[in-house]
Amino acid sequence: MTKPRTLFDKVWDNHLVDKRDDGTCLLYIDRHLVHEVTSPQALEGLRTAGRKVRRPDATLAVPDHNVPTTPRSQGIDDPESALQIETLEKNCAEFGVPIIGMNDIRQGIVHIIGPEQGFTLPGMTIVCGDSHTSTHGAFGSLAFGIGTSEVEHVLATQTLIQRPAKNMRVTVDGALSPGVGAKDMVLAIIGTIGTAGGTGHVIEYAGEAVRALSMEGRMTVCNMSIEGGARAGLIAPDDVTFEYIKGRPMAPKAGAWEQAVTYWRTLPSDPGAIYDKEITLRAAEIPPVLTWGTSPEDVVPITGHVPDPSTVEDADKRASMERQLSYMGLKAGMAMQDVKIDTVFIGSCTNGRIEDMRAVAAIAKGRKVAAGIRALVVPGSGLVKQQAEEEGLDRILIEAGFDWREPSCSMCLAMNADKLKPGERCASTSNRNFEGRQGPGGRTHLLSPAMAAAAAIKGRFADVREFMS
Amino acid sequence: MQKFTTLTGVAAPMPTPNIDTDRIIPARFLKTIKRTGLGKSVFNDVRYNPDGSEKPDFVLNQPAYRKAQILVAGDNFGCGSSREHAPWALLDFGIRCVISTSFADIFYNNCFKNGVLPIRLPKEQVDLLMDDAKRGANAVVSIDLEKQEIKGPDGGTIKFDVEPFRKHCLLNGLDDIGLTLQKGAEIDGFESKQKSNQPWLHTARA
Repeated sequence: MTKPRTLFDKVWDNHLVDKRDDGTCLLYIDRHLVHEVTSPQALEGLRTAGRKVRRPDATLAVPDHNVPTTPRSQGIDDPESALQIETLEKNCAEFGVPIIGMNDIRQGIVHIIGPEQGFTLPGMTIVCGDSHTSTHGAFGSLAFGIGTSEVEHVLATQTLIQRPAKNMRVTVDGALSPGVGAKDMVLAIIGTIGTAGGTGHVIEYAGEAVRALSMEGRMTVCNMSIEGGARAGLIAPDDVTFEYIKGRPMAPKAGAWEQAVTYWRTLPSDPGAIYDKEITLRAAEIPPVLTWGTSPEDVVPITGHVPDPSTVEDADKRASMERQLSYMGLKAGMAMQDVKIDTVFIGSCTNGRIEDMRAVAAIAKGRKVAAGIRALVVPGSGLVKQQAEEEGLDRILIEAGFDWREPSCSMCLAMNADKLKPGERCASTSNRNFEGRQGPGGRTHLLSPAMAAAAAIKGRFADVREFMS
Repeated sequence: MQKFTTLTGVAAPMPTPNIDTDRIIPARFLKTIKRTGLGKSVFNDVRYNPDGSEKPDFVLNQPAYRKAQILVAGDNFGCGSSREHAPWALLDFGIRCVISTSFADIFYNNCFKNGVLPIRLPKEQVDLLMDDAKRGANAVVSIDLEKQEIKGPDGGTIKFDVEPFRKHCLLNGLDDIGLTLQKGAEIDGFESKQKSNQPWLHTARA
């Protein structure tokens, strides 16, 4: 009898081209997503070496990081941003790579449009020069971020030199409580395992609470695997997955669909498969959460307080925590609900999908953003924006005082004009609260879309459960 | 790629854990279409004041460490964004080696593609080297990749592990792509098998 395998083992084995004696493998890559920031040097490398893109049909480019959230007709003010986007367009034309351009309704954040177009399918290997490629693991594909040298390697060879990761399983048992969603779940997981907890591993998310998530929620969870140190997160494909994919523009059609689904049903981990690391959380014990510090592992319940560095024994860690509190402008022991904010950012590859827009609108409906608060809502793609507008969500949000903008990575990493000023505090649905991430000196707190909406209305962090009656 | 064989240089201490790649090179510096020229911006927000003057307490601004070639860093160095601009910026500054208890996976990979050697060591050994690095200009450390050895300022030797294939590529400055293209027949074979078993992965797209 063959040894029981995990989902990761199966996808890995199915893509093995070659294996060296020291365990280094050559892995075939099914899909490659390309954006403007991490690709120019790779394509320049190909050009210099006189190499071609091996499989343009397996490659898809889209500009997202530098794209402004102002109306497209206004163009791009920043000449460096404009040059990067022009370079992407020229490179795609030269190498025959399909591109969804800035003025295409389908344009959006690379990790939103892959699934939206059916470019992302179960059982695939998917890479992109972006660490949040882990998002696509929600479909049961092995998806991870790579550096620019590896982007060049994939463009030239459709393979990557890799060593197998270890298997880690995070099980979330039971059902989530009202007001608690996928973002709270993944932040709670990162708070538990730490920001290096998944290093060297791929994380498979399992359990009743994970199975109960929509594809949007599963993408939110897998997206932040990298914040837990894992290059990739995986969720076994099931009927929820197939239902999401069916009929998407690039999804298999007709007879190929049945053949694909038959294969996809073989992917879930075998009973008895061994994991190198296992963690279990109870869904009922996860409250709405947010971060207080400058690492995604700095998670507290919304009912909690800023932690006290004097309770930390290790001197380097204590110094680091003191530095974080000073940077964040917080005092040990403060109630999180007493912390006032300046800005709200709703969007990003973590929370820029239709379900996120609905969650924000549900809280915003009939209420007003607090005076003096800047509240940006940036849909993850043109199609998300279009659907939200068809559902009337834009009108609810604008009526409440939110700023309804055009798709981009936007204030998640502040490469376009949307950024925090030094000392400004932001309730953000993005994925990283690092120092300066949303602008030099900016202070970021990560939370769910519903919690961000609640914060916008109160002008300080608030318990979303108080908005639900 | 630049070879890495031996290196003797000043080691700078950076004990803060979880130094992320946004800290190493903030996103606004990623608007370049080149690999070079990032050294002046490495660690920008902790290295310079908003007016562009240097922050005197930042380690690489101190006289002893201005030409450091080695960093001894806290746990989980290089976490966060996959940006290869992080090792490009370190290399452009002159850093050829980073020593820590742990590295984020993508950063670790990216270093090897650029002739930068990341060395993982147990905490006790990193602590020793961190103490050495805190001695300023006297913190001269030698690294021999072939022998997989680090020699501290007092002559003590520490052995380190590195995967044989990565070591081979670094010692010889080998281009991965050239090596992989030698496997062209295997890649062709894989593709034709996949085309027949999973044709939907190869059909023309919408």
